[in-house]
Amino acid sequence: MLAWTIYLSFAGALLEALLPKDKPALARWSALAIALAGCGLAVLGFAAGVGHGRGVIADVPWVPSMGIRFTLAADGISLVLVLLTGLAAVAGVLFSWNIELRTNEFFAFYLALIGGVYGVFLSYDLFLLFVFYEIAIVPKYFLISIWGSTRREYGAMKLALYSFVGSAMVLIGLLAAYSSSGSRSTGLVQLAHAGLPVSFQMWAFPLVFVGFGILAGMWPFHTWAPTGHVAAPTAASMLLAGVVMKLGAYGCLRVAMGLFPHGMDPWGFSYLGIGSWRDVFALLAVIGIVYGALVALVQSDFKFVIGYSSVSHMGFVLLGLMTLNQIGMTGAVLQMFSHGIIAGLLFAIVGRIVYERTHTRQLAEIEGMHLSKRLPFAAWAFVIAGVASMGLPGFSGFIAEFQVLVGSWSANPWWTGAAGVGIVVGVAYTWRALQLAFFSDAHPVAHIHEHGHELAAITWPEVAGVSMLVAVSLAVGLYPKMLLDAIEPAVKAMLAGGGQ
Amino acid sequence: MNYADLLRVTLPETALEVTALIVLIVDLGVLRGRTLRLRVVAAVLLGMFGCGVALMTIPLQAQGGLNFPGTDQLLLAAGGSATVAQVGILALTVLTLLLVFDSTFTRNVGEFVAVLLMAATGGLLIAAAQDLLVIFIGLELLSLGLYILTAFAKKSGKSAEAAMKYYLFGGMSAAFLLFGFSYLYGVTGSTNLHQIMQAMYGSNAINATPLLTVALVMVAAGLGFKVAAVPFHFWAPDAYEGAPAPAAAFIASVSKVASFALLISIGTAALHVFGDAHVVRFMVITADDHFPKYLGFATPWSFALTILAVASMVLGNLAALAQRSVRRLLAYSAIAHAGYILLALAYFSRTPVSAQAVMYYILTYGLTTIGAFGVVGAVERASGSDQMEAFAGLHRRNPVLAAILLVLFLSLAGIPPLVGFWAKFNLFAAVLGVSKGAVPFALVALAIAMSAVSLYYYLQVLKRAYVTPALDDSKIPVHPVTMTALIFIALWAVMMGVFPAILQVWMQSFYAAM
Repeated sequence: MLAWTIYLSFAGALLEALLPKDKPALARWSALAIALAGCGLAVLGFAAGVGHGRGVIADVPWVPSMGIRFTLAADGISLVLVLLTGLAAVAGVLFSWNIELRTNEFFAFYLALIGGVYGVFLSYDLFLLFVFYEIAIVPKYFLISIWGSTRREYGAMKLALYSFVGSAMVLIGLLAAYSSSGSRSTGLVQLAHAGLPVSFQMWAFPLVFVGFGILAGMWPFHTWAPTGHVAAPTAASMLLAGVVMKLGAYGCLRVAMGLFPHGMDPWGFSYLGIGSWRDVFALLAVIGIVYGALVALVQSDFKFVIGYSSVSHMGFVLLGLMTLNQIGMTGAVLQMFSHGIIAGLLFAIVGRIVYERTHTRQLAEIEGMHLSKRLPFAAWAFVIAGVASMGLPGFSGFIAEFQVLVGSWSANPWWTGAAGVGIVVGVAYTWRALQLAFFSDAHPVAHIHEHGHELAAITWPEVAGVSMLVAVSLAVGLYPKMLLDAIEPAVKAMLAGGGQ
Repeated sequence: MNYADLLRVTLPETALEVTALIVLIVDLGVLRGRTLRLRVVAAVLLGMFGCGVALMTIPLQAQGGLNFPGTDQLLLAAGGSATVAQVGILALTVLTLLLVFDSTFTRNVGEFVAVLLMAATGGLLIAAAQDLLVIFIGLELLSLGLYILTAFAKKSGKSAEAAMKYYLFGGMSAAFLLFGFSYLYGVTGSTNLHQIMQAMYGSNAINATPLLTVALVMVAAGLGFKVAAVPFHFWAPDAYEGAPAPAAAFIASVSKVASFALLISIGTAALHVFGDAHVVRFMVITADDHFPKYLGFATPWSFALTILAVASMVLGNLAALAQRSVRRLLAYSAIAHAGYILLALAYFSRTPVSAQAVMYYILTYGLTTIGAFGVVGAVERASGSDQMEAFAGLHRRNPVLAAILLVLFLSLAGIPPLVGFWAKFNLFAAVLGVSKGAVPFALVALAIAMSAVSLYYYLQVLKRAYVTPALDDSKIPVHPVTMTALIFIALWAVMMGVFPAILQVWMQSFYAAM
C-alpha cells in the first residue's frame, strides 16, 4: 500500500505536466487531491505498520546482473518519515495556492520531488535509495530558480551543486562498498551482514556520512541551507526544511550508520577528547546547534532567521544519532518529524502569510507595520509555532530535543551542556523575531500608510494549513507514544546490530 | 580465398555500400530536377531502408567471424562486442538520417546521405576488424567520410574551417597510427591482433621493449585522436561547432562507437590469447612484480590510456564550464565522456564485463548525443545561433523540445533514473571490479567528482530553457519526423533508465553465444 505513495506522486507529476497551461485552478485542485491521497495512504500505512517490525512492501529483481533489487520496505523509522512527508506535502500544496506563474509546471516539479522523497524513505536497496535520492535534486533546482525570490538562481545552483557533490561522495562510498563486499546483492540488509572489513568501514563511514550530512545541514557544509531556504518559494522551503533535510539525516542513519557501524569505533588514540569519527560528528553537530542559533540571533531578514534555526535544529538530529543509545536515537528520529512540521509552519508564516502581503522580509521594515493588529492570525500562528520551536512542553519539539539531551548526557555530558546553550539562544532568537515582526511598538513606516495599503485577507488554504500543522505538533507533543511506538522498536533493532 | 565466406561476414557492409550507390543513382539520375523535399525524403528513406537490410543480415554472419585465408588468424570478428557495435552503428545511423529530414544546409542531399552511409560502412568494418590493415582501411574510410560531412555546409565559412582543421589533425593522427602499426608489425612480424599479442608475450618482443613502447604510444595517440581524448582533442570543438547538425551528431555518435569498439578489440584480443592463466605484459594490467612498473602502472598501454583518461575528464569538464556555445559545450562534454570510457579501457577485465560496460556507455551516450544535436539543430534553425542565449524561454517556444532537452542533458549528467546514470555506474563498477587498488579507486573517485562538476554546465543550458524568459516568443517549428525521432530517443533514455536490465540482457545475449 505504501508503495503507492511513490507511484501516485510520480503519476501526479506527469499528469500535472500534461495539464493545460491556462487552468491554474485545475492544477491546484488536482495537486491537492494527489497530495491528500498520498497523505491518506501514508496515514493508513502507518496505522497498519506500527508494531509489526520491518514490513516488506515490494521485492523484485531490477538489475539482476549486479544484484540490484527493487526492494521497498518500511520499519518504524520509515513509517514516521513517510507520515511526515505526507503531511508536509499537503501543507505545501495549501501554501502554494496563490502560485499563478506556470502553475501546472510548479506542481509537476513539486510532486516529482515528493515522489523521490517517499522513495528514499521506503527503499531497502542501496542503489534504489540512491536513485530516489538523486531524483529529488533536480526538481528542487527548478522549483527555486523559477518560482523563488531573493537571489533565486544563485541559491538554486548552490543547492543543486552541494546536493550533487554530497551524492557524488555517497556514490563513491557505495561503489566501494559494493565492490569490496563481494556479495552479489545491494540490499541494505544483505550488505549490513556482509561483514565489511573494519579498516574499510573506517574511511567509508565518514565519506558517506558527510555526503548525506551535507543535505542534513551539517556544519560546516550547511551554507546551502540558509541561501536555499531564503531563495525558495514557500512550498519549496517548507519541503527543503521539512523533508529534504531529513533525507540527509535519514541517509546518515540508514546507510552510513547501518552499513558501516564499525566506522564509529574508537581510533585507538584521542586528541582533545576526539577519539573516533563519532566524536568528530557529534562535535560538528554541537557546533551546528550553537552556531546556527547564534547566527539566527543577528539576522535582519525574517526568513534567514528561520533558515539558520533549521541548521540549529538539525544539529539536534545529528547529535542524537551520534549518541548511539536508545533514547538519543529515538529522540533524533522524533526530532526529524517534529522539526519537519514546525519548520514547515514557520516558513509558511514567514514566506506565504507575511511576505506575500508585506513584500519585504526585512525585520526593520516589518517592524513598523504593526502586523499583530493587521494580521492577528499570522501573529498568533507565529506565537504558537515559535513556542513549539523553542521546545516548550506540550509540543513535539520538547519531547524530541529532551530525549536527545538525555541520550547525549549519558554519552558525553559536555555535548549536552553545549547543546543546552543552543536551546537558550533558540529562545532568544525566536523571541526577538516575534517581537520585531509582530509586537513591535515602533513608529509606523511612512510609505505604507501613504499608499493606504491594505493587507489582503487570510485565505482558507492558509488557515487549513496552519491548523493542520499546529494540530499535528500538539498531538505529538501531548501524546508522543503514537510515534514512539513505531520508532523505539526500530531503533532497538538497529542498535542490536541486526543492522536493519 | 573463399569469397562466399567473405561475403557472409561482410553482408552488412555490402548492404550499406550498395545502398549508398543506389541513393546516388536515384538522386542524381531518377530524381534530377525534382523538388528538394522529394529528394530529401527519397534519400533518407532509401538510406534507412539500407540500414534496415544491413541490420537484417547481421544474424546471417558466420559465427566466430572470418579467418585470414589459409591460416587460423582472425580477420573479421562476429559476435560479442563487434556485433553489438555494428547493431549500434546501424541504429545510430538511422537516427542521424532522421535528423536530415528538416535540414536546410545543402541541396546535394543525395550525396550527403551516400557519404554518410559510406562512413558508416567504415565504422562497421572497424568494429569487426582484427587485423591492422583492415583496421586502417576502415578508419580511413570512416575519417574521409567525416571530413566531407563536416564540410558539407558549403555556404558556411565555419563549416569549411572546421573541416580543414579536422582534416589536418586527422591526417596527422593517421600518420601516427600508421607509424605505430608499422613498428608493431616490425617487432612482432604480424598484422593480426592476436598474433601480435602472442608475439609480445614471447621473448623476441621483450628484447625490443623501447620500440614496442614507442609503437604503443603512437597507436594510443592515433586512436586518442579518433575518440577526441586530451591532448588530441583540438579538432573536436571546431568540428562540433562548424559541421552541419546531422554531421556533428554522426561524428559524436557513430564514429565514437566504432573507435571504442576498436579499442575493445585490442583489449579483448590480448585477453583472448592469454586467458586467465597468463600475465600479459603490454596490453593488460599485470599483477606480476617481475616486470618493471611505471608509476604504479604495469604496462605502457594502460599507463598511456590512464593519462589520456585523466586529462580528458579534467580538461573536458573544466573547459566545458567556460563555453557559451552549446555545440562547443557538447564537444567538451564529449571529451569528458571519452575520458570516463578510457578509464574503463585502461582497467580492462578478463571477463566481458568491461567490454559490455564500455559498449553500454558508448551506445547510450551516442543515442543521447544525437538527440541533443537534434534539439540544438532545431533551435539553431529558428534563432540562427547555438549560443546559450538562443535557448532562452525554450519551454514556451516549444515545450516538447524543452522536455526532451531536459531528459537528454540530465542523462548526460548521469542523474538517475535516466540511462546515463546506469551507463556511468556500470562503467565505474567495472573499473573497481578489475582492480581493488588505491589508484583505480582514486581515479573512479575523480571521475565521479568530475561528473558532479558537469552538472553545472548542463544546468546552465537547462536554466536558459526553463528559467530565463524568452527573447522572442515565436514558436520553434520541428518537422514531425524529426520530432518523433527525438521523442523516441528521450522516451528510450527514460525507459532504459527505469528498466536498465533490458539493454544489459540484450547485450549479454551476443556475448553468451561466443
